[in-house]
Amino acid sequence: MYHLGALGFFYFWVVAVSGIYVYIFFDTGISEAYASVEYLTHDQWYLGGVMRSLHRYASDGMVAMMMLHMVREFSLDRHRGARWFTWFTGVPILWLVVISGITGYWLVWDTLAQYVATATTEWLDWMPIFGESIARNFLSPELLDDRFFTLMVFLHIAVPLILLLVLWIHLQRVAKPEIFPARGLALGTFGMLLGLSLAWPALSQGPADLARVPAQVGLDWFYLIAYPVVEIWGAGPAWALTFGGSILISVLPWLPPLRQRPIAKVDLANCNGCTRCQVDCPFSAITMVPRSDGRPFEREAEVDPDLCTACGICAGACPTSTPFRRATDMVPGIDLVDRPLHQLRDDVHAAAAKLSGGNRVLVFGCDHGLAKTLATMEGVAPVTLPCIGNLPPSFIDYILSRDLADGVFLSGCGGGDCHARFGLRWTEQRLAGVRDPHLRARVPRERIGQLWATGRSSKELRGIVAEFQSGLPPQPLKAEKPTARVGETV
Amino acid sequence: MRKPLPTAVRYLGQTVVYLLFAGFIGYFASAPSYTHFPPDMALIKLSLAHGAKRVGGCRRFTQAELQKMAPNMRRPMDCPRQRLPVYIELEIDGETRYRDTVAPTGISGDGPSRIYQRVMVSPGPHAVVARLRDSDRRDGFDYVKTATINLVARQSLAIDFRSEMGGFLFRE
Repeated sequence: MYHLGALGFFYFWVVAVSGIYVYIFFDTGISEAYASVEYLTHDQWYLGGVMRSLHRYASDGMVAMMMLHMVREFSLDRHRGARWFTWFTGVPILWLVVISGITGYWLVWDTLAQYVATATTEWLDWMPIFGESIARNFLSPELLDDRFFTLMVFLHIAVPLILLLVLWIHLQRVAKPEIFPARGLALGTFGMLLGLSLAWPALSQGPADLARVPAQVGLDWFYLIAYPVVEIWGAGPAWALTFGGSILISVLPWLPPLRQRPIAKVDLANCNGCTRCQVDCPFSAITMVPRSDGRPFEREAEVDPDLCTACGICAGACPTSTPFRRATDMVPGIDLVDRPLHQLRDDVHAAAAKLSGGNRVLVFGCDHGLAKTLATMEGVAPVTLPCIGNLPPSFIDYILSRDLADGVFLSGCGGGDCHARFGLRWTEQRLAGVRDPHLRARVPRERIGQLWATGRSSKELRGIVAEFQSGLPPQPLKAEKPTARVGETV
Repeated sequence: MRKPLPTAVRYLGQTVVYLLFAGFIGYFASAPSYTHFPPDMALIKLSLAHGAKRVGGCRRFTQAELQKMAPNMRRPMDCPRQRLPVYIELEIDGETRYRDTVAPTGISGDGPSRIYQRVMVSPGPHAVVARLRDSDRRDGFDYVKTATINLVARQSLAIDFRSEMGGFLFRE
């Protein structure tokens, strides 16, 4: 489900490539249009027919992915706050995709195209913005002009190009957007489309004839679902539904608006402009700007309040975010105002103080996960953060080396499904030593457990943590009890 | 920890998901079929875009009126832009199936009156009379066309109007 947007992009490219091939053979004429598509479908079925089918089925897949992507982002509350822009710019994408599909169906000039043409133009004519009735073009065969197909071809190429532009805008506030699915998924999806195209090729529905009414049509419900609504409700209410629905979807980020937590704050005294926070920020909220405090560094981090979601991943990336600091207060180069890391350290001490018994486990979990439900487990104490990526790896080292717990368990929002996009990925890479800041090599990995928990029940999580707890190796040397360190000045 | 599924089971599961999705796309790409018009009926489409006569005739500006105008705006005649509404009737087998007075389009009311109507009829012969009035006459019509047409099921007859071609055109 994480790859819905990327799959939508993948379908778009399949549509684009197959569309270019189909266009090479397409003739823009009243009778030529249908004949050229029929030639592709039947005479050149092995390539042209497959390309036509790929064009159709990938278009349908794109709509399916788009709708699922939208529903998922909404249901996971990933459309409000700083994410409003991405959601908002997704609405014109809905329109552009549907318009692209409708103009495409039009071009085939079969009975479905005839129905689409008359129904669309009659629907458009309801709006008093056209000087001439467009539907009159489809009144009878002799009134139809070849030029109309030229116009439709232009629209069918221009609208997807505009769509591509809007897709680019759509991703402007998303750092490192995933626009290509994983290779296996892409191959599987393409194989599915290819198999479908061969087994169930897209066919025309008989040549259009404006002197006859195409009473029954095989509707593409992905693109043409609005037409029965127009027939049943009438053009005016259907427009009201279309525009009203679009406006409603557009304003969803403010219904109600997200209570924005204070954004991350840079502390120049501890920032040397290393760029790690900028690189790790999932929303491109941090930019490096020229130094303003005269210190001998080239740049400093600056947080854009419009883009920051206060996930704290930047604080987790900052090399100064270490709980070992004793000489000075624990103030990293960048930190959350309402959930600073010195508070996290206090939370760790408080949680550790409650632990007793042999295998003490401290669980770090994000606010969106299930970690909180572990509070009643014997020998287990949860500590929550805005995002698991907010946890500097040095905290794990700190806990284990200071004997605050016998094991540390990390729980997040789910594999590839992090609410803040990259919290899980960065955490895994930091623990694996391939991303700064690394977890030090001296930290015993067998004392670290992890489960990215979305989709799992609290009961299952408890079972997994219990299994991790019971499997912890005995400590070689037991240090003093963590309670002795609570209140320690560090 | 949850044990990962065997590779074969994972591939089988993925195949099933792909097949289900392919079936979903393949089916709804063209099915279920949609009947938007009764197959045992015929259709008459009445459509026109016709500008009626102007509301009033032209008159010559007085010298005083011309003096008030900017020099580059002076013209000899004052011709109203606004058009009259078009009155139209469609009678089928002696029954009036459509009747309307259609105002001209445009902000100044100087555009054509636009009509687009679909009238469903049973197949077979029909006596069709189309009448249109586009002047300020009180009664009678400026254009009338009568014809007997024989329609088959799902046939679409277009009734168009072109004043330059003498009025109504029945396009079978």
